[in-house]
Amino acid sequence: MTRFWTRLVVVLTVLTGLNYIAWRWMSSLNWDAWWIALPLVAAETYSLIDVMLFGMTVWNLKIRKGAPEPPQDATVDVFITTYNEDLDMVLTTALAAQKIRHPHSTWILDDGARPELKALCEQHGLGYVTRSEDWTKDLPRHAKAGNLNNALMVTHGEFLLILDADQIPEPDILEKTLGYFNNRRVALVQTPQYFSNVPVSDPLGSQAPLFYGPIQQGKDGWNAAFFCGSNAILRREALMQLGLVGYVKETEKSIRRALAASRAAIRQARKSTDIESALVAEVLDEVEAATRDAQQEVDAGQPLAEVTYRVRRRVDAAVQTLVQADVAALQADLEEIAAMELAHVGESGVPVVADDAVERMSARDWSPLGALESVQAVLDALTVERTGEAQPVMPLATISVTEDMATAMRMHAMGWESVYHHEILAYGLAPEDIATMLTQRLRWAQGTIQVLLRENPLVQKGLKLGQRLMYFATMWTYLSGFAAVIYFAAPIIYLLLGILPVSSLSWDFFIRFIPFMVVNQLLFAVAGRGIPTWRGQQYSLALFPTWIKACTTAARNIWFGRPLGFAVTPKARQSGGPSWSLIRPQIVVSILLAVAAAVGIIRLATGLAEPLGTLVNVVWVVFDLVVMSILVRAVLYKGYEPATEPETREES
Amino acid sequence: MEFSYEVKDSYAEVKADGRLNMVSAPKLREFVTDVIAGGSNRIVVNLENTAFMDSSGLGALIGCLKAARQAGGDLRIAAVQPQVNMVLKLTSMDKVLTAYATADEAFGND
Repeated sequence: MTRFWTRLVVVLTVLTGLNYIAWRWMSSLNWDAWWIALPLVAAETYSLIDVMLFGMTVWNLKIRKGAPEPPQDATVDVFITTYNEDLDMVLTTALAAQKIRHPHSTWILDDGARPELKALCEQHGLGYVTRSEDWTKDLPRHAKAGNLNNALMVTHGEFLLILDADQIPEPDILEKTLGYFNNRRVALVQTPQYFSNVPVSDPLGSQAPLFYGPIQQGKDGWNAAFFCGSNAILRREALMQLGLVGYVKETEKSIRRALAASRAAIRQARKSTDIESALVAEVLDEVEAATRDAQQEVDAGQPLAEVTYRVRRRVDAAVQTLVQADVAALQADLEEIAAMELAHVGESGVPVVADDAVERMSARDWSPLGALESVQAVLDALTVERTGEAQPVMPLATISVTEDMATAMRMHAMGWESVYHHEILAYGLAPEDIATMLTQRLRWAQGTIQVLLRENPLVQKGLKLGQRLMYFATMWTYLSGFAAVIYFAAPIIYLLLGILPVSSLSWDFFIRFIPFMVVNQLLFAVAGRGIPTWRGQQYSLALFPTWIKACTTAARNIWFGRPLGFAVTPKARQSGGPSWSLIRPQIVVSILLAVAAAVGIIRLATGLAEPLGTLVNVVWVVFDLVVMSILVRAVLYKGYEPATEPETREES
Repeated sequence: MEFSYEVKDSYAEVKADGRLNMVSAPKLREFVTDVIAGGSNRIVVNLENTAFMDSSGLGALIGCLKAARQAGGDLRIAAVQPQVNMVLKLTSMDKVLTAYATADEAFGND
């Protein structure tokens, strides 16, 4: 029944929305002020698409009735990931994980490699994993994804429960979720992330009831519920499969890239001054022939291990010939010298070059090709060892700082299924200050945009249309910062300058806009079924500088290789007084809005502005200020203080 | 799962009999690493009695391949059974590894 009403409101939202936006584009634009008219109508179109994607999400809302009985023999590893969190907190989580009822092994994945934590693990019989020696300094570490990938190589449970260091699990978390894996296509079961240190008013907007609710349930209906990094159970086979497919893809890509670069490298080497001897030129000829053959073999689909092995053998053989000739010449010289200065050599006889000289001087680091760096680089890349990574197989995606979403998307593209189990089975700790909260939001947004730019769901092979749109919907949300700026600018411009982006604020406008606005709010109310969504709406608008920064830094990172400025979200409260500087852009905008409202009212009083336009825009300003007011509470928030329970227990 | 090896003329043959899955995969990696440390860097993994392999098993094979290559040699697979062949195709690992018909053939041309 709820589903019927939800769908009805979705249909109404789409109809009224399209009706409004079509009118806006076709007959309402004030072309005299195109510089604000066009951005505003674009922002409104953005928002309509956002609402339509939300409508599509809740269209298929899936309310699950619980998992079937779990298989008793399913083996499970519980991974608790940590980097620098408080040891007490990590241990509390680990001990709670130990008490999970289904048989399992509990592991602490300590990326900080802290001896104290290791000792605590030994004391409590917990597994302890740090990066293996393969993760040398010069290789990328990939943060949490790297930490998990490392642990996957040394454990062997069929299923993996992933927990952040602060997420204390319930003892029945596995009993309630493992049964979903009876369906052999299911690779992931995600449960909500809920925070126990958040007051009802939730000043930092930590709880995400709309996301861990209708949105994930809706995505679930499209088989697109995704992995959120913690409180989820994954099937090892699916992850390993992803790792293998990724390995093959990356290996092929790097071999093709190296082959493409080989011609230029050889040309450059020929030109370089080191090339005097005909022998080096001969080696280069051989390298060129070998890479040309390799190119043909790769194009013909020959297995890459063989192709690269053959190249290596041919080049090694050619280098050996070269060194052999050098050594022979050296030996001849020595003999000549000995013959000329026989008297001085005396008893020791003719000096002889060591037997293993050829072998030693042909080795990679001594090879004459070593001097030809560009050629050596090509040859080094012609390998199936994936030398640029600590492990050839990287099951969790490393293309983004939010490895979880990227991994889930790849799983879906391979045909695996996911489940969202809507029941709180772990209790975590949310940031307790605005600085930490902002860092965390920035990280999520950056990661999401990275995935969008690297593996745009709209064009990924293997995803169904619904899945594509579900992933895209989440990414689309994070573009809202740009729209927000326009929504703030439009009323300021009208109230200060009297420039209206629409041709007139007439009956035509209200008859289209108001029905859309009303059903739009109705949609959130119906889909949310009483969930408080206001805080989320406030933050999606108020954090516009964070969203914009996420987009620009992620784009710079992917297109120009700049670092993201990535930071681990601190789990402990940051000290210091109220940090107003963190919300400077919002303060500036708020002042501008207030000033604009005052000026607008003065203009109205002096007859410079018309009443209707001023009224609409002042209401708009008030709405914006109410939205933004949450940030004042956020900055002043002093951290969580549990409500003191009234003393009810009788003295006995 | 049972591992054994035998040094032949130009290679060492490793046999992995049974089910090469997430439990036995780390053991295979250890076993092959030891064989390489023992001085054989040309390895053929004979899979004629490997009835089942999962992605973890295949992942271990890649780890072994890397180890053999770093020791200056190579690792090849032979006598692949139908289920293993399917896994190779499913993960597109057949683009990397050649499945030779017999252990003898694996280094036959080299």
